[in-house]
Order: sequence, then structure tokens, then C-alpha cells
Amino acid sequence: MTDTAASEVCAAIRGATAVHVVGAGTHDEIGGRVDARTEVRAASGIVRFEPADMTVRVRAGTPVRELEAALAERGQECVLDPRSPDATVGGVLATGLSGWRRLRHGPVRDVVLEVRFATGDGRVVRGGGPTVKNVTGYDIPRLMVGSMGTLGVLLDVTLRTRPLAEATAWAAVYGTVDEVPAALYRPSCVASDGGATHVLLEGDARDVDEQQRAAGLRVSDPPRLPEGRHRGRASVAPGNVPALRARLREIPVRWLAEVGVGTVHVGADRPEDLASARAAAERLGGWMLREHGAPDLDPFGIALPNAGIMARIKAALDPDGRLNPDRLPLNPASEAA
Amino acid sequence: MNAPTECSGLRRYDRAIDAIDALLAELQRGLGSDRARAEPLELALYDRDAGTARGQAVAVCFPRSTTEVAHAVRSAARFDVPFVVRGSGTGLAGGATPVGDPLVIVMTQMNRIRSVDAERCVAWVEPGVLNLDLSREIAHLGLHYAPDPSSQQACTIGGNVGTNAGGPHCLADGVTSAHVLAVEVVLGDGSVTTLGGLEPDLPGYDLRGCFVGSEGTMGIATAIAVRLTPDPPAVRTMLLAFRTISAAAAAVSAIIGAGMLPAALEMMDARITAAVEDFIGAGFPRDAGAVLLAEVDGLPNGVDAAVRAIEVLGRDHGAYLVRVAADGQERALLWKGRKSAFGAVARLAPDYYLHDAVVPRTKLVEVLEQVDTIAQAQSLAVMNVFHAGDGNLHPLLLFDAREPGIWERVYAAGDAIARTCIAAGGVLSGEHGIGLEKRDLMPLMFDPDDLDIQARLRDAFDPSGRANPAKVLPSGSRCGDLQRIPAGAWI
Repeated sequence: MTDTAASEVCAAIRGATAVHVVGAGTHDEIGGRVDARTEVRAASGIVRFEPADMTVRVRAGTPVRELEAALAERGQECVLDPRSPDATVGGVLATGLSGWRRLRHGPVRDVVLEVRFATGDGRVVRGGGPTVKNVTGYDIPRLMVGSMGTLGVLLDVTLRTRPLAEATAWAAVYGTVDEVPAALYRPSCVASDGGATHVLLEGDARDVDEQQRAAGLRVSDPPRLPEGRHRGRASVAPGNVPALRARLREIPVRWLAEVGVGTVHVGADRPEDLASARAAAERLGGWMLREHGAPDLDPFGIALPNAGIMARIKAALDPDGRLNPDRLPLNPASEAA
Repeated sequence: MNAPTECSGLRRYDRAIDAIDALLAELQRGLGSDRARAEPLELALYDRDAGTARGQAVAVCFPRSTTEVAHAVRSAARFDVPFVVRGSGTGLAGGATPVGDPLVIVMTQMNRIRSVDAERCVAWVEPGVLNLDLSREIAHLGLHYAPDPSSQQACTIGGNVGTNAGGPHCLADGVTSAHVLAVEVVLGDGSVTTLGGLEPDLPGYDLRGCFVGSEGTMGIATAIAVRLTPDPPAVRTMLLAFRTISAAAAAVSAIIGAGMLPAALEMMDARITAAVEDFIGAGFPRDAGAVLLAEVDGLPNGVDAAVRAIEVLGRDHGAYLVRVAADGQERALLWKGRKSAFGAVARLAPDYYLHDAVVPRTKLVEVLEQVDTIAQAQSLAVMNVFHAGDGNLHPLLLFDAREPGIWERVYAAGDAIARTCIAAGGVLSGEHGIGLEKRDLMPLMFDPDDLDIQARLRDAFDPSGRANPAKVLPSGSRCGDLQRIPAGAWI
């Protein structure tokens, strides 16, 4: 492929003391604020889509909306499911935030087969491989997913695609469930907001219909993510979701729990209520990512686990600390930890 | 299989006998005298895995707890001895071959299933638990552990984590990394930590993802949280027989190209099916040029539709026989046939070399033809049994190691097959790993800068460099290391 964009990104990195890696800006509130005047962004566009291999190579700056449209033309999709379809592929992967259908399709890190990125010292490197199965060398693609642009600037990636289901339908029951209902075989999402439980089923149209009837579900709209000027994403062991829900009832927040996954989306009108929800998640051994608003709240709330290893990885890939400084709380002092 | 010559290790330490005695005494202090040993016969049992390269350990130990593993690693550190972790030793890439006069830490005695949470589909297991034992233990709960390597009766979950192992049923649900939520590990300095967790996300880098598939070079897994998969309500296993392997490969491409993702899609050529029939009588047709096993699972209507579609596509591409297993017994027999392939082959020739590479699914036909040409050029018999659905080839080269000059021909063919797969847009390994065997082929896939990043990642995990040295990355991946290639690692 032409490497104009790659060499421009590398030149920008080498010419700056700090760079801000940007995509569509839909995730810019995730993580610590980056104070850097130089912005770098990856190019956009699909490099190669091989429907018969179920893989697509795409530039990191491509909007997910555009990728989805191209895949759908050939009856396929890639399970990225960002909150906003304006998000770029690189932005979704860099933040590593999984979407609605994690219960069935797994986390977003599982769709990435190969990555090409610019390192902090301005080199273009590649990790992983273009095939659907590969264990050649270390798993650099998974390292990059969720690294928040602090280890490299994603240039292009090869992703696993899958066939679009014949039928996709949301349905709901009143009330809250604590476990994935036994009548359902591997639903794509079970989301509970305290008033109703919404279930996403995908597959053969008759199977979807039969499953809905077996579980007493009625066709519904999709659930709504909780609104609020201050929003967060709590992450607890799936078994702790009922306990977290009970605690959230005591706090003036709105929430939506992904049953069986352990992700609980929280919306609040006041930052202190979001902070209380975070404290509840932390008391259960989990944590909460600040996603929106609450500027005085720490982005993560907890220290990075295994911060010493992470600091060494950061130093190895970005020795001068140029990439997205302060996005992750990687204190060089923690290397000694 | 007999390895050609003995490998004495890469960094020969001229270590005084009494230093080894002191290491042994330290190990025995922590583990007891029966679980830390250094008798020559004992060491010989652990001088290689199921691959071809042979090494040499200075001591071997058998910890039963995380504390004992940490003690062993700290003892190795104290005497500046590298350590190599191993499970059952079924690996084929030399990942567990002791290189650099190391301590070998055998994990098979840490074999408890610590907990099973059926509601949340997760189990904590120790690394020495056998893959199939886990699925057997949870079968009554309607759950199974999805990665199912052909060696699943013998291989350990810890070894599966080390190699990021696959198996026939990884087509739809992914290989080991997609099924590991968290790993408790002992790092190279003897400290204990947990990578990943049961909560869906953790802030920072995916260290769990880095560790899975790191072949013992980043530390030792002492407990693993695995994701369990609900048994499907409906399963259908189909056998499709073709006149030629090319026709069968074209059918595979057509099935995937039509937008289907079966649970498994396995191919065997005529030599394999004949060997399996002689061995266990799985009911494979003896007149077929290639047999395809297709399994679809899920909810009943979707399964029925997929079975019909696969039959039509199969017949369109020359399947002259399509049989759907009538019951669980017939289904089990078909799978037993597939998973007995390597045992069956062992009866045909004294030795075989099993390759592992992946090509894009659209390139299956042309690469299989090239593999055949390569084997013919070296006058070697080749047999094919592989995970066709994800393009993961496993050509088997048959030979007799007593034949003079045979190893050169086997290595030359192996090398040519690897190069052919890479040239077709493929990769060096789909599920066996790199180990020693393919270490020096890594530059075929990666530039020096790519390898440098991998070396830096490894060093970040294990600054001591004592965890399974000389594996995965070729010499020169980072500045300052020059290593001799051990005999028996090909190339």
C-alpha cells in the first residue's frame, strides 16, 4: 500500500515532543486529558475486503459507519459496535471499549488479526498476521487494543468479519434478571435497567422467534443507554452485578447492566452521584471508567494493575513518552514497583 | 520420533557441579527431596517435547502450588539459572525443550480444578489440568471448554495457554486466548500477580492477551480462569466425500464464501482416511480422494438450514457422498477418526514431521498443490489432515530417520512449505507456536523493527531474560545476543 500517510505520521511523531493521536473525537473524553499541540491521525479507507476469507484490511482513520456499509454489501459485518458510528476503527480499538454484543461475540480485542502502527520513535511496525488463525510471535494486536494511543499510532488493521445474521431482533420482559435466562441459547445481549430486561437475539428467523416465545419475550425497541451529563462504565465480575444494582438503587443515577458480562453503564446528573456509583463498583472489586462529563473525576479511579510491567512496555515502545502523554496514568516511578 | 543429534544448549554455562548441587538443595528445601531431582535418567525424560529438538536440563522439579513455583523461580534466579516451564510435553515446536542449561519446571502436579461457576460460565483451573478432563468434569452442567486440540486427552490447559492452542472447534469461537479471562502468573523474579480478571475490562494494557501464547517466555501460569461455553441444543456432523483434494478445498472455500461459519470444517486426504480406517474403522469411505467433516451447531432451524446449504455446496463442488451422522454414537466415531489421525499415521512410517501453517482460505487449493510438489521434489510421502475452515494446514511428512541424509530433505521440505504459505499471504503457525522449530523463520514474516518490538515486549515482562531463553525470537532480534542454532531445530 502507499505509505504517504505512514511516513507523514512518523515524521510528525519525530518532529514533536508530544503528539495527540486523534480520530473522529468521539472517544476523546476517555482517559486522561492529552495536552499536546501536534495532532496525528491515520488515513481512511478500506484497503482490501476478502469476503471469502472473512477478513478486511482497513485504515485506522476509517469511520465505522463506512466500514459497516461496505461489509454489509457482501452480507458481512465486523463486531465493533461503537456507541457512535462516527467513531473511527482506530478509535474503537485504541480505547478497547466493547459494544452491545459482547456476551455472544466476545470483546472487541478478539476481532483484530493484524496491526500496523507507528511507534513512539517514529518507526512503522507490524504485529499479528492477516489470517483468521495465527500464533506467530507475540500477540501485538491484543497489546494495542485498549492501549489508548500510548504505544503506537494505529495505521491500518486487519479484522475478522462474520456473516450477518438472517434475523436480528430486540425483545423485552418486564422486570430484572440476574442471570442469562436458561431458555436462551447464547443470546447476543441481555441488558437490564431495573424496569425491563432487553434481549438481543440473532440467527435463523424461526429460531429467533421460538427463543422469544420460550423466554416469554415481546418484541421491543433496543434498550437506551442511560442519559446524563456525567456518564461512566462500571466493570465488575458478572456475579457481582446484582449486588452493584442493589447499591445503585440507593444513588440517584440511571443504569443499564449487561447481564452475563459485568459491564454496567451509569448516567448521573451530578458528578458526585457518578462518584458514588464508582465507589459502589470499587467496593465490589470492580472499577468505573469515566466516559463523559465529571471533569474533576479521575478517568479510571483505580491505579493500573501491574503498573510496573505496563510502564516498562510503555518505555519500550515509546521511549521518549511522546504518544498521548497523560492518557494513561503511567508514572515512570511505578517501574520500580 | 528420534531427534537426529543431541543439542547441548545455546549458552553453555561452565557451571561448577557444586553450583548445581546448591540449586538442587535449595529446590529440595522448598519442594521436598522427591520433587526436585537431577539424576541423568530423570533429566533425559525432560530433554525435549514432542518436537524434534533435544536439549539438556540441569535439574527438574514438580511444584504443587503457586508458592512452590515461586520458590523454584526464585531459586533459579538466585543461582542465575534459566527456567523452562512445561506441561505434558505434547508441544511440537520445541517450546519446552531445555536450552541454556535450565531448570525445568513441570506443572503436571498442579492439576486441580479450583472452582466452577456454571451460572457465569467460568472455571478457575490449575495449569496441569488436562484439556479433556476439564470438559468431562463440567459436561453434567451442559458446558464445555471450547478449544480442543487433537492432543486434548494428554495436553494441559497451561500448555494450551502457553501456545495459544487451537483445535477443530476453534473455527467459530476462536483459539485459547478468546477463552482465557485471567491468569495468575509467577514472573521471572518470582513475584506473583494476576493478569486480566473476571471483570470485563481493566484499565491499561491487555497483559493477559500478551501472556497467552508467549510460550513460557513471560512467566509461568499457576492458575487460569477459563470461559466455559454452553453446549449447543442441536449438533449435526456431516461427512462429505470428494474424488480429489482440490475439489474438497474448493468446497471449503465455497462454504465460507457463502457466508457460513460452521462449528468445525476438517479435511483429510485419501492416505489419512485409509490409515484411520485401518486403525479404528471410523466409517470413512476408502475410495475418496478427500473427506470433509463439517459440523454445525446451534439452534435447530439454523442448524437444519446450514446442513442443507453445506450439502448443496458440497455436491456443487463434486461431493459424491454426503452423510449426516445419525446419532451421537456415529458423530463420536467420526470425531474419533479425525483425532486419531496422528496415531494412525505412526503405524505407517517410523517417523513423521507435522507441519503447522495458515493460509487465507481462498488460497487452499493452490497451496495444497504446491505442498504436494514440494514433497515430491524431496521424495517424501506427504499426508494432509487439517483445519480447512480456517486455512490451518497440517501437512505430515513421512520418513524413516535411519535413512542417511533424510533430515536434510525433511527440513528442506518443511522450509519450502513455510515459505510457500507465507508467499500465499499466510503465517508460520496457526496453533503449535514458534518455539525453537520456527524461531529462525520469523524474519520471513517480520521486519527487524517488528521483531525488535516483540523483543522489547518480552523484556518488559521478563527483564531477567531467564524465562525460557532462546525461544520464539531469532538471535539478533535485539542488540547483543548471538546464539547458535541447536541441532534438531530445522533451518
